[in-house]
Amino acid sequence: MASRETPEVNGGSLADIAFLLLIFFLVTTTMDTDTGITRLLPPEPEENQETLVQVNKRNVLVVLLNRSDLLMVGGEVMDRLDLKLKTIEFFTNPLNDQALPEMEQREVPFPPGRSSLLPPDGIWTGRVSKGVISLQNDRSTTYGKYLQVQNELVAAVNSLRNDFCNLYFDKDYDELNTNNPIEEEIQLGIRKIYKMNISESEPKSIGGRN
Amino acid sequence: MSKFRKASGKSLPKINTSSLPDIVFMLLFFFMVATTMRETEVQVRVKVPEVTEVKKLEKKSLVSYIYIGRPVAHVAKMYGTEPLIQLNDKLVSEEGIPYESIQDFVLFEREKLPESDKSRMVISMRVDQDISMGKVDDVKQSLRRARALIINYSARKEYRDQGR
Repeated sequence: MASRETPEVNGGSLADIAFLLLIFFLVTTTMDTDTGITRLLPPEPEENQETLVQVNKRNVLVVLLNRSDLLMVGGEVMDRLDLKLKTIEFFTNPLNDQALPEMEQREVPFPPGRSSLLPPDGIWTGRVSKGVISLQNDRSTTYGKYLQVQNELVAAVNSLRNDFCNLYFDKDYDELNTNNPIEEEIQLGIRKIYKMNISESEPKSIGGRN
Repeated sequence: MSKFRKASGKSLPKINTSSLPDIVFMLLFFFMVATTMRETEVQVRVKVPEVTEVKKLEKKSLVSYIYIGRPVAHVAKMYGTEPLIQLNDKLVSEEGIPYESIQDFVLFEREKLPESDKSRMVISMRVDQDISMGKVDDVKQSLRRARALIINYSARKEYRDQGR
């Protein structure tokens, strides 16, 4: 067989084909990333479990949202934007106020040698709040308002955690890399000091003016 | 002195376009990699609330979506304008109690995950901001019953002055 030269394929339309595909992907692309607030629901109570838990009254901050979206915190009507500071005060109790939650002495271990403010063994000793926030809403509360209140509570705890992390480890709490075991341990430690103690009651009707 | 004489007769040299496909292919690959196909058609109108403390939702494969909102126009013709629940791509019509089907939905979606990820399943709640909490509470109760406890309340980022 004589070797025959194969004719060259015309590549001029290659660009057109690629453009067509490109435009298809351009149109179908959605670049949005999902964002939101992640929360844990409490597990379903067992059948015959006693749900009565005695909590000291000063340790509970009741946050109520009624059916006309009015916010009441610890017995007083409050603007949503003031809730964050109130929550921070509730969880830290800086002046050892009798009306604010009890603080207990706790030891929390951190990885040794990571912070100059901690003793060499890395054990932090300090006051940890026993406070719990009880968030209650009516069936007619709008979801947007509910999530904004939820957000203020989360924001308060996040800012406490962030301040602690900045003070001791010179880093933002959000920047801790959970794939790194040491930083994960730091994160777990901080979570023990500032717990996300937000409890949602069983749904019920609270009422309020329409 | 004919500096601005028309170059008549002399044609422009042809631009070499042989590298054009390469450029276009590069763009194409970028978009192919960056694309996440929207596989579900959302049949309810959802405008999620704006809050400050949003985090990105990692690991899309663990996430199942629950939409709650008023139906879009062409669905409203069939189901009316009352708020409806949509589970991933399936619309739950209001007949009967849809909350049983939410439990079934969770179990079904959890079955699809590999064994190691079953406990890490995330439910993303994409709820319209004007929906009343009664409906959301009911859904949350059925999620608790189905032991799907990690919830992500979908929200947009709100930018606020540092003062507050």
